[in-house]
Amino acid sequence: MTRIVLHGRKVVGGRAEGEALVTHGTVPGWGGVNPVQGVITEVRHELRGVSFANTILVCRGAKGSSGWSAMYHTARLAGTAPKALVFNEMTTKIALGAVVMRIPSVTDLDCDPLDVIETGDWVVVDGDRGIVEIEKRRSI
Amino acid sequence: MYLTDSEKEFLDGKRGKAQQKAMELLVRYAEALGAERFVDTNNVCGVPGSANPFLQNYYKDKGTSEYDAIFSYFDLDSDELVEAPQALVSTCCLQGGADPDNWKILGTKPQVFNIYKDREQFAADHGVKILKTCTPYIVGNTPARGEHCAWMESSAVVYCNSVLGARTNTEGRESTSAAMLTGKIPDWGFHRDEFRYGSHRIDVEIPIESVMDWGMLGYFVGDVVQEHIPVLTGKYGRPDLIRHKHFGAAAASSGGVEMYHIAGITPEAPTLEAAFGPNKTVATFKYGVAERKRTYDAINSSAKDTNVDYVMLGCPHAALEQIEEACRLLDGRRISANSALWIFTSRAVKEQAQARGLTEIVAKAGGVVMTDTCSAFAQAIPPGTKVAALDSAKQAHYLPAIMNIQAWFGSTRDCINAAITGKWNPETF
Repeated sequence: MTRIVLHGRKVVGGRAEGEALVTHGTVPGWGGVNPVQGVITEVRHELRGVSFANTILVCRGAKGSSGWSAMYHTARLAGTAPKALVFNEMTTKIALGAVVMRIPSVTDLDCDPLDVIETGDWVVVDGDRGIVEIEKRRSI
Repeated sequence: MYLTDSEKEFLDGKRGKAQQKAMELLVRYAEALGAERFVDTNNVCGVPGSANPFLQNYYKDKGTSEYDAIFSYFDLDSDELVEAPQALVSTCCLQGGADPDNWKILGTKPQVFNIYKDREQFAADHGVKILKTCTPYIVGNTPARGEHCAWMESSAVVYCNSVLGARTNTEGRESTSAAMLTGKIPDWGFHRDEFRYGSHRIDVEIPIESVMDWGMLGYFVGDVVQEHIPVLTGKYGRPDLIRHKHFGAAAASSGGVEMYHIAGITPEAPTLEAAFGPNKTVATFKYGVAERKRTYDAINSSAKDTNVDYVMLGCPHAALEQIEEACRLLDGRRISANSALWIFTSRAVKEQAQARGLTEIVAKAGGVVMTDTCSAFAQAIPPGTKVAALDSAKQAHYLPAIMNIQAWFGSTRDCINAAITGKWNPETF
């Protein structure tokens, strides 16, 4: 089992672990997601139809409407929010979304998480220390 | 982060309980961003206290009043119930979920309409201006160059930064409601000079003239630069308010563009060099005939069936000139019995359209001019709609995903022709 540790910056504190859901794109908000079902709905998105509920969501960042935070806030109420966020590009949408989802979130990592983490890997996010630990599902 | 004495007073609860909760949220948000201080704002655009049926139901019985419950727990993300106070700074309410006159045509249920009506009253009672539009800049909220704002609505944000030279990030529901009570927003991103320079260059190699041309160019630009800041140079004419509106809305939908520069045109881009400032060009993209075709196909990717059930105009909300154009194109004809025509605008523009007899012309043709909302926002289309025709790249991006329908994108003329014939038969491309 390969184990990798990345170091970054705390966005929101707390600790969570779970299976990674990785997208190399940006994650849509209002109009591209069904928060009650926890599913991406944007027509041309690589995760269309995929549920992010209870995953460790690993992405480039957030995009689209200013309703981003309210959508993922609603997902928290509906019990479909991701367990943690690991991302590359800081925007107000993803920062506010992470805050109101109240999930451990880390950015500015010393190695691009999109190069290291694949969907299905087991990931532990320690928001307070800015540490992301990855257990690869398959050896590399 | 650095807090002024007045900000510490908010945080210590000396300015009121709700204001304390608002400041706590703003500090969590600022720290998430990595901001070091706040800026003062006296221009907030948000949706304070609004509720869809999900939220209404979720917060039922969770407070002494469901209004305060939604405002406390959702708007301010507070764990404590607080009484919602008056807005401290100038705050406008953006679009909502139903048309106040034509909600039955829109298909809104009476009990849902009552929620929207009560929520509007809640906002009005708390000192919020009831603009009810995604285009505050058309109906009187035009911040001065350099003014710090806290706006929601991605299409309004990109207009505010790019065309007006005012300063806002894409704020959210919670940050705008907190700003409304404190007049504070994190000093990060577009509030700061160094953040506003361009990073990606777009060489426009074909003439860009019509509103449709600008919409497609915006969709292309958002797709290639994502959330970065594009600088356009090349063969375009001088875009007017409507062209900027469609360009920015499209770029903010296919990507996350919050500011763009058009060399020689927008206020912070007197020249190409000035638009980039100290930044190096990260990447250069060409927009020519092939890119235009690819973009058109991408926007139309959901559409196959040429029978059109529904034509929607007014995304972002129509300017008066766009309603005039639709009336000119209708030219006294009636729309097809198999099709519907809904045009969305703001209350202020509808009043002008009524004064000119334009809403009557649309009604005689069999269409409806509606306000406050749009099909994507209200999640409302005429019953049985399978295929829509739209003149907005933004609406074409969102509506198929939201309503699970097909959508054609074209010029306003193509759309009106589709409404009259019930067929998609574009002349424009």
